[in-house]
Amino acid sequence: MVKIKTADELNKKFLREGMWPTIFCNGCGHGVVLEYTFWALEELGLDMDKVIFSSGIGCSSRLPGYINADGLHTTHGRAIAFATGIKAADPDFNVIVFTGDGDCAGIGGNHFIHAARRNIDMTVIMINNFIYGMTGGQLAPTAPLGSIATTAPYGNIEHPFDICNLACALGANYVARWGVSHPYQPIKSIKEGIQKKGFSLLEFLAPCPTAYGRRNKLGDIKKHWEWYDNNTILKEDLEKIMKYGSEQEKEQVKDKIPLGVFQDIQKPGFFEAYEQLVDRLKEKESKSIGGK
Amino acid sequence: MVCLMIEVREDWCKGCNICIDRCPVDALEESDILNRRGVRPPKLKEKNDCNFCRLCELICPDLAITVFPDEKEKKPVKKTLLTPVGGKIK
Repeated sequence: MVKIKTADELNKKFLREGMWPTIFCNGCGHGVVLEYTFWALEELGLDMDKVIFSSGIGCSSRLPGYINADGLHTTHGRAIAFATGIKAADPDFNVIVFTGDGDCAGIGGNHFIHAARRNIDMTVIMINNFIYGMTGGQLAPTAPLGSIATTAPYGNIEHPFDICNLACALGANYVARWGVSHPYQPIKSIKEGIQKKGFSLLEFLAPCPTAYGRRNKLGDIKKHWEWYDNNTILKEDLEKIMKYGSEQEKEQVKDKIPLGVFQDIQKPGFFEAYEQLVDRLKEKESKSIGGK
Repeated sequence: MVCLMIEVREDWCKGCNICIDRCPVDALEESDILNRRGVRPPKLKEKNDCNFCRLCELICPDLAITVFPDEKEKKPVKKTLLTPVGGKIK
């Protein structure tokens, strides 16, 4: 029989208790993502001295402050750039980046693109709440069409940014998107993402009742959490319905957000390739010296 | 005795009631006491079907709930063997 750990033991191990309780609003999904990360780290049994957290600016970027491990709270959008630096300095570290949708897709978009392209060994946990919550509810690039924000008072007319599709196109090793209301799939995904060599992106759809929900008639916490249940669908189900379903069914699922693991491949990461390059050049040099 | 199965850190609870909404067997309710923030933390109902699925523990955004499976009281566990390993049992 497996000894089941309780949340209390977990909190003692991972939580920086002086910082608790969080500043997050009532009904926010960020705390849930933090807890899933704790469970995943607990399951993996990593040495917490060898794990570094990095974050930018925003609600999601306060998360490393609550974890009893080393963390960087960096400038807006540059969390991934700093994480690349950590990984380059010492590739033994496990780097986990907490970032928000504005931080990762909006302001730090280019850093994200190039880290994914180089396939740098890190785990990016992007918490997507469709809005810049901490700075007052400006429109984020991931907000669905028609959603209302302080900078879009008559509804959003820009098409939303699908960050998972982008990461898949760039060839990231592990790409997954989950909601926060189902615990086991995200915990498994975080585990796989940390274990994976190469870039792994985990997107979480987290409710934000204060900044997003209040303006979009979802201010009630229960209603807002149910919105995520009603407007998401498993990727496999979506594919089946799109292939074999009737017109009516297709119409129903057309606008839903797919959840699931989108990409799971094993491509050599940047630092593996770099080590191979160094070895190759050393070998070449020793041969040329030997030839003289 | 019933209340020993679930422990809530009352000063951490923000009163979002997600645990009450999400409980699959509807075993939780608001308690009578107010905490420091002026909200009512959850507690187990007097008569409940709690099967230790630990969803409230896993889903609480403030990490305030802890579930202690009571080994003496043998209740049939519905649905799943819930060890938090992401669907797999070691």
